[in-house]
Amino acid sequence: MSFIYLLMILMLAIFLGFELIRKVPATLHTPLMSGANAVSGITLIGAIAYSGNENLLLAQILGSVSVFLATINVVGGYMVTDRMLAMFKSK
Amino acid sequence: MLNTELIINAVYVLSAALFILGLKLLSHPSTARRGNKLSATGMLVAICVTLIDQNILAYEWIIVAIVAGSAVGAFIAKKVQLTEMPEMVSLLNGVGGLASLLVALAMLETDTAIDSYLVIIVLLAIGIGGITFSGSVIAWAKLSGKVAKLISSGSTVFSGQAFVNAFIVIAIFVLGALVVIYPQTANSTVYVYSFVALCIVLGVMLVIPIGGADMPVVISLLNSYSGLAACAAGMALNNNLLIVAGALVGASGIILTSVMCKAMNRSLINVLFSGFQTVKATEIKIEGEVKPLAADDAYYVLEAAQSVVVIPGYGMAVAQAQHAMKELQVLLEENGAEVVYGIHPVAGRMPGHMNVLLAEADVPYELLLEMDEVNARMANFDVAIVIGANDVVNPAAREIKGSPIYGMPIINADLAKNVFILKRGMASGFAGIENPLFFKDNARMIFGDAKDTINAIIRQFAG
Repeated sequence: MSFIYLLMILMLAIFLGFELIRKVPATLHTPLMSGANAVSGITLIGAIAYSGNENLLLAQILGSVSVFLATINVVGGYMVTDRMLAMFKSK
Repeated sequence: MLNTELIINAVYVLSAALFILGLKLLSHPSTARRGNKLSATGMLVAICVTLIDQNILAYEWIIVAIVAGSAVGAFIAKKVQLTEMPEMVSLLNGVGGLASLLVALAMLETDTAIDSYLVIIVLLAIGIGGITFSGSVIAWAKLSGKVAKLISSGSTVFSGQAFVNAFIVIAIFVLGALVVIYPQTANSTVYVYSFVALCIVLGVMLVIPIGGADMPVVISLLNSYSGLAACAAGMALNNNLLIVAGALVGASGIILTSVMCKAMNRSLINVLFSGFQTVKATEIKIEGEVKPLAADDAYYVLEAAQSVVVIPGYGMAVAQAQHAMKELQVLLEENGAEVVYGIHPVAGRMPGHMNVLLAEADVPYELLLEMDEVNARMANFDVAIVIGANDVVNPAAREIKGSPIYGMPIINADLAKNVFILKRGMASGFAGIENPLFFKDNARMIFGDAKDTINAIIRQFAG
């Protein structure tokens, strides 16, 4: 059952995503993409548990590299998006 | 035990809400920055609360990885030139894909007895992650031109490529099936790592045949994949927030991909696989004469103009002409003219690339108009200045039935009263197609570096 429940969340999130992103103006498409890079760094929260598990060295290494990479996405993505959005000024 | 899990999941709900609100605020430039900050806050609380997870026995490795990742991320974000945003987004797509691949592998290594449906999802996360990773690296290489000798920025096709690809796909499915059927045998590790290797090879094979002009589509699509990889990892790990965030990213990439494809009047299938078709040499000769104009003479026309539309392309970024253009815009406005910018969806090398470069040059976002808006008013513009754009203003898309770009929506610069084309020489654009715009009666070519040309006009205004 839990799989079906996850599938339900997935379906709702996809439709919500379409509705929200349709409204993003073309002017902001580059920040949208770099922001999406940051959000996809969410993998980090899945990787943390493996990185902190000392019982299995291989999984710990894989998890830690994953934490490292996902953090690059999170920090790099949000920072560069902020840098760009700060430049969009009104008249 | 139950309590920490409950707290973690409750905070995840909050994080998901912040991600969604952040995206909602991205619907207008005036609120977008706040939206990005909300989204970042959502991420921060999600990461912090995950650290109380009972499965975490030691924090040393986590802390080292987070600190190192933050340092690298902050360094890149500060150093990157905005002209290089396509390269950066491409690299981050790849990094995201690899992160999802590794976390899925870690799960396979840790959990010894998992249901076969879960194994399928884990393999899906590995597959999408692997393709995203290697595909993005190739896209990055093509965009940056740094490994030009190894990977051409154009399309790379060799004989039997379709056959090789089909073989790889079949092998991936066979290996995947073996992993699912025999998860606990000694061979399964071999199967898993062969599966990983083949997915990475497939990513390379899928992107090498795609030409440089189609990179905006490829980056958007890989952006979507990086989200879907996170999504699949979330399904496997039973993690709601991963699913929601991954789905949002996936949806975003898919929408951008479709916007890009529509703007090129091509289907996604055509973009992904057209490298395999032999290009028909179109023998359409355009009659007429190109009329060059000196920058000094362009000044007299601009000085008298009431309304001017600027149509930028990637050439503007290459010449770094956006700051000079902003200077000229101010002079024209002081002279009583209205200046707007008409931006084609595929101008530049990624969606919205031109807008960011112009925003960097302090051009107010109200002046950045979309294609349909400027086209509706085109006949009323006294002057259209085309800077480093070519295919997106090519009237062959409207006029010449046999042209490869026939049917593509373009900015109708040729319908303005005067058209100035700032260009280095007569070379054709990415698509390699002759441009009849250059031969029109109302068109004048101003040859030379775009920045130097604009500066020459600025000097005339000052003098």
